[in-house]
Amino acid sequence: MRAAALLVAVLLAGPAVADEESFRWGADAQGGAPYVFQDPMDPNHLIGFEVDLADLLAKKLGQKAHPVHGPWDKLLELLARGDFDVALNGIEVAVEKKRVVALSRPYFAAALVLTVRKADAAAPRALEALEGRKVGTLPGSMAERIATRAGAEVHTYEGGQDEIYDDLKLGRTDAVLLDEPVARYYGDIEDALETVRGDFGVVQYAVAVRLDDAARLAEVNAALDALEKEGALRPLYEKWGLWSPETAALLGEKDPAPRAPAIEYERWRAAVGKLPPFTERLTRRYPGLLPLFLKGAGLTLLVSLCAMALAVVLGVGLAMGRRYGPRALSFLCVAYIEFFRGTPLLIQLTMIYFGLPELGLKLDPFLAGVVALGLNYAAAEAENYRAGLESVPRGQVEAAQVLGLSTLQTLRHVVGPQAVRISIPPMTNDFIALLKDSSLVSVVTLTELTKTYTNLANSTRDHLGLGLLVASCYLLLGLPFARLARAAERYFGKHLTRPEAQA
Amino acid sequence: MTLKVTGLVRHHAGNPQPTLRGLSFELPAGTLTALLGRSGAGKSTMLRCVMGLESFEEGAIDVDGVVVKGTRQSTPAERKAAIAASRERLGLVFQTWELFPHLTALDNCTLAPVKVKQAPREKARARARELLVGLGLEARLDAYPEQLSGGQRQRVAIARALAMEPRVLLYDEPTSALDPSMKHEVLQTLKRVDASGVTQVVVTHDLQLALGVEHVCVIDHGTVIESGPPEQVLKSPVHESTRALLATWLAADRG
Repeated sequence: MRAAALLVAVLLAGPAVADEESFRWGADAQGGAPYVFQDPMDPNHLIGFEVDLADLLAKKLGQKAHPVHGPWDKLLELLARGDFDVALNGIEVAVEKKRVVALSRPYFAAALVLTVRKADAAAPRALEALEGRKVGTLPGSMAERIATRAGAEVHTYEGGQDEIYDDLKLGRTDAVLLDEPVARYYGDIEDALETVRGDFGVVQYAVAVRLDDAARLAEVNAALDALEKEGALRPLYEKWGLWSPETAALLGEKDPAPRAPAIEYERWRAAVGKLPPFTERLTRRYPGLLPLFLKGAGLTLLVSLCAMALAVVLGVGLAMGRRYGPRALSFLCVAYIEFFRGTPLLIQLTMIYFGLPELGLKLDPFLAGVVALGLNYAAAEAENYRAGLESVPRGQVEAAQVLGLSTLQTLRHVVGPQAVRISIPPMTNDFIALLKDSSLVSVVTLTELTKTYTNLANSTRDHLGLGLLVASCYLLLGLPFARLARAAERYFGKHLTRPEAQA
Repeated sequence: MTLKVTGLVRHHAGNPQPTLRGLSFELPAGTLTALLGRSGAGKSTMLRCVMGLESFEEGAIDVDGVVVKGTRQSTPAERKAAIAASRERLGLVFQTWELFPHLTALDNCTLAPVKVKQAPREKARARARELLVGLGLEARLDAYPEQLSGGQRQRVAIARALAMEPRVLLYDEPTSALDPSMKHEVLQTLKRVDASGVTQVVVTHDLQLALGVEHVCVIDHGTVIESGPPEQVLKSPVHESTRALLATWLAADRG
């Protein structure tokens, strides 16, 4: 019991700690280099120019920087909900954002650049040429709006940037339009690709703060101003190879040429420019990743077990209510089952996590994940148990009645044990599906197994090898339960075996 | 009198003809009686009414002084209480036995005594063992129903019913789910139980089985048309209708 409690505490240690002195900033590690990502040489560390910037800001404010992870396209909602106090992760300055959050003064500016295949003679190389062409970019970005306006057939990607350039390389798209830092870290690194600078537009990044948090907005602005005045920002951007005419212009500096070598960029190139062979990764690189995967797997398992426990208890109640309850209750149970079975889990989770706070109920990420998964799977479990209950012949119930057993006793001693056996295989199926569906909780800032993988894959550009690794983790998690279920089936079905021939 | 049925009327939805039309009979205590009738004569319906598994509109069923009345003559609450009380005095051996498949022969016979009568587990087991051994199942106490032959399953079902110490034990078509060669064995079992003094009622359309019992009632179209000792009723029936019935019946059985 204490070990379990400790495990929960360790796994939840991330977003749960929120004392006065911590500068909780939200970001998506899957967003990748050079913003916020796991160091490919040491994935236990989060690095990136925004990590450095957050540290500088926190220091200015006399606080300790504490990153909180959430999906990039959900950062502003998480901020509004209060999961962290500022969002600092390539948040573009745009008018429509100012309705939902307050934006600080910009801290960085970059040109939008086009990346194309070197060998592609027909590649579009100017804004006008994008019309009718397939252009990859990030959803909700300024690049997406510009490409759309230019008449391009826009492909957006929910995953990491690496996939956007992979698709370009493979010829699935004709060009990628994105911010220069992304192009530099994911496009330029490929020999087959080249970057075209042109008049595509300029994006500025700012720190997002809650609308009603004027004090913090003033603090952040003052800290950014001070950092600029001290000249602390320029070396930071130079180190990451991000110093450009646009950045220089933003910071009011005359010299667009970097004065210092881009050490971090070179380090990244060296680490991911060319993947070592699989066997070498297997022996040299992956063992070091095991603690991260174990932590992710631990969270996945914990979320799944808690959610399944909730689903089983609720499912039994629903099945009973549906089958034995008065008409009104039975109707409610059916309505519940149809609702939760008939609507996407992601929507349910989003409603519970982001919607319920409107009604005054704010669940912490772990609880919200467990509740959403549990409520959803309860519908499936209820149907399993109903199938089990209905598989028991009517005569069995009559035999119990005639012997004088009450309805409850009949259920407990006659119908139940026979129904359980029928319900075990679909239950096992559901639990394994639940293990996989639990990856959805990454939406609510929890870094479970799948998120661990997508983060790492994007920061090390190793999708296949790590994919195999994460797949085996899921298999290893699920197999013991499949085995346990077979044993349980044998136990509940022992009356069906014929150990001896009867003369 | 241990079982007295008076004027039972029962309609089934969608059928204008009543299934039971004023069925009456009474059985002296401690006898072995066969209720004989063709398929569809209303035997099974009558049995289900007696056991409280189906309701009836009119009439009364008196089990050792506990009276269950029809839906027109009593409230649901009254019927519920009366059925519960009458079930304490009744036992039923189902046509397909309905043994609990997940319990051993012994556990099938101890579940109800322990859960319903709150008998101490060891005492209930001892009694169940005694009953099963009495029916020749000493080697099959820990077998599951699936591992037993049809005849053995039937005897477990009888022991299960007897474990609740009923005054009246009813059988629904005890030979129909068994091989015809088992008829003799079934009759032997009935007689063995008869020796213990329990009133037994066998609902059947099996003439051969009926010949072996003490008392026979012939049911047709929802009423008793003739009753008496089997030799008289089956060999030289008084009523013309019984005679006609037996003739067609025998022909159908042979066919």
